[in-house]
Amino acid sequence: MNLRRTISVLTIPTLAIVLALIVGGAVMILSSPLVNGSLDVTLPFVAYAALASGAFGSVDALVQTVVSATPLILAGLAVGIGFKAGLFNIGAQGQFLIGAVAAAAVGAGLAHASPFVAIPAAVLAAMIAGAIYGFIPGFLKAFTGAHEVVTTIMLNYVAIQFVAYLITGPLRAAGATFARSPDVGAASLPILIGDNGHLGIIFAIAAVPLAWWLLYRTTLGFEVRTVGANPDAARYAGMSPKAVLIATLSVCGLLAGLAGAGEILGISGYMPAGYSTNVGFDGITVALLGRANPIGILFSGLLLGAMRAGSNLMQINAGVPVQMIDVLQGVILFFLAAELLVRAIFRVRAAKAEVAELQTVSRSYGGQTTP
Amino acid sequence: MEFILHFPVIGLLLQFVAYLVQVMIENGGLIVTVATPIGLGALCGFMNERSGVVNIGIEGMMIVAAFAAWWVAALVVPVLPATAGPLGITLPLLVGLIAALVAGVLVSAVHAWLSISVRADQIISGTIINIAGLGITGYLGLLISQNSPATAGNFDSLTFPAGVISIPVVGWLMETFLEHGPITLSMLVVVVVLQILLYRSRWGLRTRAVGEHPRAAETVGINVIALRYRNVLLGGLLAGLAGAWFTIEYGNSFQSGMTNGRGFIALAALIFGRWTPIGAVGAALLFGLADALGTAIRQSPPVGDLGVMLTTIPAQVFTALPYIVTIIVLAGVVGRSTPPAADGQPYERETKAA
Repeated sequence: MNLRRTISVLTIPTLAIVLALIVGGAVMILSSPLVNGSLDVTLPFVAYAALASGAFGSVDALVQTVVSATPLILAGLAVGIGFKAGLFNIGAQGQFLIGAVAAAAVGAGLAHASPFVAIPAAVLAAMIAGAIYGFIPGFLKAFTGAHEVVTTIMLNYVAIQFVAYLITGPLRAAGATFARSPDVGAASLPILIGDNGHLGIIFAIAAVPLAWWLLYRTTLGFEVRTVGANPDAARYAGMSPKAVLIATLSVCGLLAGLAGAGEILGISGYMPAGYSTNVGFDGITVALLGRANPIGILFSGLLLGAMRAGSNLMQINAGVPVQMIDVLQGVILFFLAAELLVRAIFRVRAAKAEVAELQTVSRSYGGQTTP
Repeated sequence: MEFILHFPVIGLLLQFVAYLVQVMIENGGLIVTVATPIGLGALCGFMNERSGVVNIGIEGMMIVAAFAAWWVAALVVPVLPATAGPLGITLPLLVGLIAALVAGVLVSAVHAWLSISVRADQIISGTIINIAGLGITGYLGLLISQNSPATAGNFDSLTFPAGVISIPVVGWLMETFLEHGPITLSMLVVVVVLQILLYRSRWGLRTRAVGEHPRAAETVGINVIALRYRNVLLGGLLAGLAGAWFTIEYGNSFQSGMTNGRGFIALAALIFGRWTPIGAVGAALLFGLADALGTAIRQSPPVGDLGVMLTTIPAQVFTALPYIVTIIVLAGVVGRSTPPAADGQPYERETKAA
């Protein structure tokens, strides 16, 4: 990839972030009477300074940024690889939860085993469980034409109920004050750096080159991209779009499941009944901001991780609620979608070889043709 | 009849149907109440998708409208007289309702612009609306709640004298369908009107044409872009109503994320109802029934074997039922549900020199 091409790919995401920070600042100024009683023009500067210092200000902050980015990178890959095949995986949330509960269950079962057995077993269980949960919408789309956007949304809610059932029922820890699974004990991921820099970070960082290799250096990856670009051409060339999309969604589920394992085994150590997470939506933002490219996803995941990590200090120092990050995310996405608007504002010309894969997701929605 | 009960499966099935009917009769009003935001949301989706615009942003539209209704009503309550008219309608509540409608239309306008004019991916546009809607309302809701704002209260339900309600059948129907606040009542009107218009009016014919084959529609002189815009914006009104239901009819305050996936169940109802107004609202009612059934089995399970069987089913199964049913229907296992053919496809006018 030459420099000019790289710059042209980076332009719109960068401008979208800049515009989002400006809009976010405007929202802060307009809502500042609610924060500290009077209209405060300096609030965005105070808030963004606190955000930056909470994300990058110290070694602990940097570690926290990477820890927050870990599930986002994996979930971003889980959405982004889907985009490459022309699939919109809104189900990263559900795949994450199923992976998390599988890791919690296996981890609890092996809590007193050797870590060398418990950790691989729990992580593998999460990946397999996530992959199965990704396989379902893939299978349904391939053989019945049920659109993955709707089925994955529905499966997200099924996953929430399934987890609630498991944790309040068969998996409930005896003697706990609230519904939760037993501690994972020996399956806890070792802390590598700082207070909570757990092994899961390595999983996420390793997944990026692996995903890149899979997409750009393997036959499957070539088929994934071909099916995404033109399923008819892929079929004509002797590929099986059905098999490819089932495999793709399974891999997506596997990655999201791995993210779930990292959070349970690396941070909480158990699974509560109502595990609240935003990882599915965050993954979509990360994938879109990273242009569905693994390297891009690494950086956009780190950026969003930094925002999540710094948001607490922003709330403490500036009184701006952490929900500001959700606002910024929404605005970033808006400007990414309204590329036309961004180009008009900054007078940027469209690059010739612009990736079109992000605009192909709805294509199969109405026709519901089996691929 | 007695001998039928000796065949265990048939006996249990009959008992279950009887129990289902009992739940339906006893909780009729509640089922309609619970189904209202889902039904209105599904009707919003109907307006979009029948004219060829996918809308998975119903959830986001609803939460923004819910926030707007609550916030604006609370803002005006100190300055406007709050004498309650029929159905508990006060001036502040009315202003709140209008705010919700405006909010719904504005958010829809973003969706319309992105998906019709910019021709961005419609599913991504809907996702943006969900993420941004949840974000901005969560942020502002938290800030506003800190100052414990005044509440404008909420709408009352229509009530009938006990004498009317005690009339068999008619009384039950009135209690179930009419003893509601104005938003729920409006849904019952809107669904009938839309169903008739869809199949009996020029607008309906044009909408169906544009949703199935926009190129052909354009050829006979229908302005595809304008019709899509109009329908998406009108759909926004319905999402606005659905949102207002949360904060000025069912409840009287706003919590972050309070729509809690109802927008997505609405999408499910639309698909389950095969993209027709009656079907969508019928599906919403069915989902309401599943909900009521789950609760009823916890609180007053049927006697005998059936009760034992039903109570062993985890409560979560009933909550998950709408989602599972939607997947099954979409997969075509039980009848097929096919979306309008041009759903999700941006329309581009043919240029002179193609």
